[in-house]
Amino acid sequence: MQQDFTYAVARIRFRETKLLSDTDLNALLMSSDVDAVMRLLRDKGWGDNTDCHPEELLALEENKLWEFINETVDDISVLNFLLIPNDYHNLKVILKCITRDREPDSMLIEDSVEDAQAIYKAIKSREYGDLPEYLQEVAQDAMTTLLQTSDGQLCDIIVDKACMEHVYRLGKESKNDIIRLYCELFVVAADIKIAIRCANTKKKLDFIRRALAECDTLDVERLAQAACEGKDEVIAYLGTTEYRSAVDAIETSMSAFEKWCDDYMTNAMKPQKWEPFGIGPVVAYIIARQNEIKAVRMILSAKLNDLSENTIKERLRDMYV
Amino acid sequence: MAEILNNSGLFFALLGAAVATFMAGIGSAIGVGKAGVAAAGVLSEQPDLFGKVLIFQLLPATQGIYGLLVGFLILSNVGLLGGGVENISLLKGSLYFAASLPIAFAGYFSAVHQSKCSVAGIGTVVKKPDQMGKALILPAMVETYAILALLISILAVNGISGVQV
Repeated sequence: MQQDFTYAVARIRFRETKLLSDTDLNALLMSSDVDAVMRLLRDKGWGDNTDCHPEELLALEENKLWEFINETVDDISVLNFLLIPNDYHNLKVILKCITRDREPDSMLIEDSVEDAQAIYKAIKSREYGDLPEYLQEVAQDAMTTLLQTSDGQLCDIIVDKACMEHVYRLGKESKNDIIRLYCELFVVAADIKIAIRCANTKKKLDFIRRALAECDTLDVERLAQAACEGKDEVIAYLGTTEYRSAVDAIETSMSAFEKWCDDYMTNAMKPQKWEPFGIGPVVAYIIARQNEIKAVRMILSAKLNDLSENTIKERLRDMYV
Repeated sequence: MAEILNNSGLFFALLGAAVATFMAGIGSAIGVGKAGVAAAGVLSEQPDLFGKVLIFQLLPATQGIYGLLVGFLILSNVGLLGGGVENISLLKGSLYFAASLPIAFAGYFSAVHQSKCSVAGIGTVVKKPDQMGKALILPAMVETYAILALLISILAVNGISGVQV
């Protein structure tokens, strides 16, 4: 039976009114120091009314988001496409920590589909069969590569590609347009980032082909060949696709492109503000909240490192509200 | 055989009263339930909106009352309420059944769709409490079609009582 999100959407409609707007972000940006930012955030309901470190505040807000989603959505597995990248992130951290004899605890993401400690134990004891099915092959493959070549980048590429393919598969399996759109944009953004990085570091075609994952709105083979020829070719190819608006951002910098990706996703999700039913508003709210936390993290880092307001302003994402 | 046909008239009249009541009632139950879920979601975040969201929840409840009204009229006309049940021909019983259909179907579907509109209205009121009036008019428009169906059902039931068949 199809899950009903009426209760969740009603609660989200109220929570949307509490999301930070562009005006709020400007006020945070204009604050004199970190303490002033933290004070403003606490006034907005962030944190738990106790003094804490900025990083703790951000972690608390991320936890609050997933606690809220767990509370309002009956079967959270419908949101696996949002959490599964965290499992692959945890896998990369665990593989590298095990081969370097370090403890991964502080680098693991808690909000994932599988328990990160269970993944750690399984890989540590080389019991790949104890891993969830989707991680078994990729974990074994990445571990073998890491042990044979000590090449962390190659290990990352194996795991990242498996992650992109998994998200793409989840999108294909879903009957919901918003989930399909999110999964497609997730893979497209990752493919373009990989292509640009490969072009900048002059990687060989085989390597690029190995790194890129299939998606519907990009011709991956053409993108791989363009990346092999250079960044200008990647830009020229993207100019012929529906992502031509990314060209200016790519020409500016990688962080400008990352901002473009987040803004593109936010704008694609904006119609969900008026949608009273379905999973769409839930997905849009999660993305909006994560973007908000990302924006606050940038502002706090800027205040901690005495960066200018203009530098950070041009990196701030469009807000959902 | 003639006796059976005469009694089956009463059966169809009663079936009409039942269909009007339960179809419109089911629609209202679904509608009030759906709007209630949304209202409960809002109240868990903002309890002071109770008065406003309650109105939205109650909007789809009226179709059930309309069905009940038509059911009462049919029962009253065939004498099942005050005693002294009349002998009703098969044709007359079928006419009562037909008269119940507008409110049965329009009641069911309008309640279900009105609830969707109510849920959307609840979402509007949460974000903009000052837009309560406008948000209320939109689901209320769906009510028009339940009222039209009720009107036809009432006119038909009253008309049939005077028909000699």
